[in-house]
Amino acid sequence: MADTLPARQAYRNRLAGLLPEHDRLICLDTDTGLFTGVDFGTAAARYVNIGIAEHNLMGMAAGLAASGWTPFVNTMAAFATSRAVEAIKIDIAYNAMPVRIMATHGGLSAGHLGPTHQCLEDLAVMRALPNMTVVVPADAAATEALVDAAIELPGPLYARLGRKATPALPAGVEPPVIGTAQRLRAGGEVLLVATGPYPVLAALDAATALAGQGIEAGVLNMHTIKPFDEAGLIDAAAGTRLVVTVEEHWRSGGLGAAVTETLSEHAPVRIARIGMPDTFAGHVGSQEDLLDHYGITADAVVQTVLRHTSTGKRTQP
Amino acid sequence: MTVLTENRTDLLRAHALNIRERIVDVCSNPEGGHLGGSLSLVEVLTALYFDVLRIDPAHPDDPHRDIFLLSKGHAAIGLYSTLAERGFVDPAELAGYGTTGSRFMAHPVRSIPGVEMPTGSLGHGPALAIGFALAAKLSGSRRRVFVALGDGELQEGSVWEAAMGAAGLGLDNLIAVVDRNGLQLTGSTEDICPLEPLGDRWRSFGWAVREVDGQNIEAVRDALAGAPWMPGRPSVLIARTTKGAGVPFVAGNPKSHYVNFSERQQARARIALRRAAPGEAHHG
Repeated sequence: MADTLPARQAYRNRLAGLLPEHDRLICLDTDTGLFTGVDFGTAAARYVNIGIAEHNLMGMAAGLAASGWTPFVNTMAAFATSRAVEAIKIDIAYNAMPVRIMATHGGLSAGHLGPTHQCLEDLAVMRALPNMTVVVPADAAATEALVDAAIELPGPLYARLGRKATPALPAGVEPPVIGTAQRLRAGGEVLLVATGPYPVLAALDAATALAGQGIEAGVLNMHTIKPFDEAGLIDAAAGTRLVVTVEEHWRSGGLGAAVTETLSEHAPVRIARIGMPDTFAGHVGSQEDLLDHYGITADAVVQTVLRHTSTGKRTQP
Repeated sequence: MTVLTENRTDLLRAHALNIRERIVDVCSNPEGGHLGGSLSLVEVLTALYFDVLRIDPAHPDDPHRDIFLLSKGHAAIGLYSTLAERGFVDPAELAGYGTTGSRFMAHPVRSIPGVEMPTGSLGHGPALAIGFALAAKLSGSRRRVFVALGDGELQEGSVWEAAMGAAGLGLDNLIAVVDRNGLQLTGSTEDICPLEPLGDRWRSFGWAVREVDGQNIEAVRDALAGAPWMPGRPSVLIARTTKGAGVPFVAGNPKSHYVNFSERQQARARIALRRAAPGEAHHG
């Protein structure tokens, strides 16, 4: 699978095309550098670099949105989620303002920049907020589709984007529709539920490997964390005896939690959660190195499935 | 001064008195309320809502209206009482403040006509105001955006983040008012985390600054009506006020911040208000 554009660049390029076409869109930047050299053409006045000021960013965006504009706001996931979260909560989510929070460097994609710039809590924080839509596109094409959908979406949107290029999803995968989980592979006794580029690819690779061992595992791309497609998940999990979640996020509060909450209430089944352990990254590494080190890989998925299915016992609700 | 102007000022003073009485009444509910910082802001609110702001209670969502944001959201009772006086909300409904099921929470709620944005966590108003002001500039609108801050609130870093940003964007349609009553919850701002020289601080951030007696309604009105005072710069009016203004037995006392008046205290406060509105003999 070929690498595609980094999600953040796919988003930038798409927005540069959309801004001149939609006269109520505005792009607010916090000197991220993402838009250096971008020509917004006739919409140049609607790109505003406000400086390094994330609270101001979110508050301004709410004021603009209350005035009928749709702001795309730009910062790193770590600074959106944990620094400016009160402004997101009160100014944006409370008022259901149509602000698009485009959060780059999601998960471990900041890599060598370290835990100050990595963001492993954003899905937990953002999905806790009423009115918020939370998406994690799994490749550049999905990012473009979500940006297009964001133009008319009511209410606020949080989009977690990576920093560097990641492999494209297999050819033929349809663009994601916000709020509808994507079945990438039909399965049997096991369901793998993943979100984000590397976790989805890990789930797909694991499913292939498991098939070679006689275990049919379905794969569900949960690109929308909120609103959570409970029906889609319950349907995909029907008849399975194990659900494994895969995410580039602390194991608390994110996809694994959302899946567990849903299935334990509506369709109990054994669940194993793969994600970042309860720790900050302690050494330098690329995104791939860190994912490997912390066990967010296809092999970890395979081993988890084998460990949980080796007894052959079906877990009773 | 013309007779017409005097009458107009008298009318503003009469509205201010009514608003103060309503604040005292609302703060006499069983839960109590933020009295002191509501009373200190009355002249600012009255000047804005009865003279300066282009607003229409019959059309609270008029796209051409001016915007007022109460960044010091704990003065909600002051804002609600002003909105009632101005005809945005039903005074009878406001009288139910503090009772279970009431819409009127202790910090402004956007579902109430005339409330532009919910506030209460301090330091949010300036960034919101920048958003409204920038939108107006981009749209070619004449809209002005006013935001009232508490002085204690200025200890929040987000205020200065926004202050720097507003000046950088040249938003002269943005006007801040600082309710400089000198007191925060437990004492004097200067004892707790000094703000002075406050005017110089704002000037150094690129704002046009004026200071007035914030209980002098004519001075407040004239300053706000004339803003912006310097083209290309946001304006800040430092309104020197008294916390609890108008009710002598609480005025200037940090304990006026939140009170729960008994019936006797309520009656005493109302009598005091009738005797003299702050800063000027009242004859209403």
